[in-house]
Amino acid sequence: MNGLLIILALIMFAATYPTRALPLLAPGFERLPAPVFAYLRLVGPAILAALAAVNVMVVTSSGRPTFHIGIEWLAVLACLGLTVWRRNLLVGLIAAVGLTAVARAVGIA
Amino acid sequence: MTEPAPAAPTASEDRTVLEASRRRLVIDGFGIGVSAAAFGFVFGLSAQRAGFLPIEAVAFSTIVFAGAAQFAAVGYVAGGVAWPVIFVLTALLNARHLLYSAALAPWLRDVPVPRRAVIAHLLTDESFALTIAHFSRAGRSDERGYWLAAIGWTFIPWNAATIVGVLAGQEIPGPERFGLDVVFPAAMIGLAAGLIAHRRDVVAAATGAAVAVAISLAVSPSVGIVAGGLLGPFAGLAMPVRAGRAESDTPP
Repeated sequence: MNGLLIILALIMFAATYPTRALPLLAPGFERLPAPVFAYLRLVGPAILAALAAVNVMVVTSSGRPTFHIGIEWLAVLACLGLTVWRRNLLVGLIAAVGLTAVARAVGIA
Repeated sequence: MTEPAPAAPTASEDRTVLEASRRRLVIDGFGIGVSAAAFGFVFGLSAQRAGFLPIEAVAFSTIVFAGAAQFAAVGYVAGGVAWPVIFVLTALLNARHLLYSAALAPWLRDVPVPRRAVIAHLLTDESFALTIAHFSRAGRSDERGYWLAAIGWTFIPWNAATIVGVLAGQEIPGPERFGLDVVFPAAMIGLAAGLIAHRRDVVAAATGAAVAVAISLAVSPSVGIVAGGLLGPFAGLAMPVRAGRAESDTPP
């Protein structure tokens, strides 16, 4: 592809950077009213949970999203449980990866 | 008879809280660093298999530096999607960064503009999650904490692993066999759990996940993720705050 995709990377940067920079660089954003901050404080849990859920529950095949049930659910739930219990994300991640790898190795996933 | 008002924390108490929060950031960040490395490695593999040159894969990881959008781009390129369409899809997929940026802006208002411009480029799901949790724990802003989260635990592992993945691509068949594909969702849910302190957070997270899945199935995952992130907080706000359990919504 002769490096042509570097131009695509720049195009994607142009689509991404404004969304990251606008509130940080635009003056006045820090004077938003309290309800807006209350809303923004909840964005983190909502969007991270959304990313996780879509990643394990939705699979796109032939351009069409479909509902997916699999070992990934158990892995993510195991990670959630261990992270909350042990207050350590790494332990949760190791358990999730290990559970998935073992399940696939023995052919149950 | 009224109780005396609690004394304001001293500078040394502030410092102790900050250092404890930084230690937690290092520990949590290690998990994120592993996640970023695993995910970056898989991106390198995917890009190599889609025909990207190593320099192109590295350009994506340094210039775009947005995991989900990069993975999507591999699919778009492989599927021959037109570049203007990729531009629009990327903006849609990354619209959630607007929310992250807005959430961090009040904490970072005292940082000089040139550094904030760099901070913006390094803002990802992972760096946001680590940083907002760190700021909330510490009860104050901490620019060094941001750099550690964004560069040390995200940018460097992501880019180093991209290089390894794209170069070693043909040597490792089926990384899914090792369970590496669950690293990202597991990391996201673990980080979400770290941000949950109140009933409102639980409701926002659960609603965000449910809305995201429903809209993903009806429209597309990129729209679903943004919709879940936008609508979940409204459900959280609809929950009444219990008396005596005031929530801190604004940074100091």
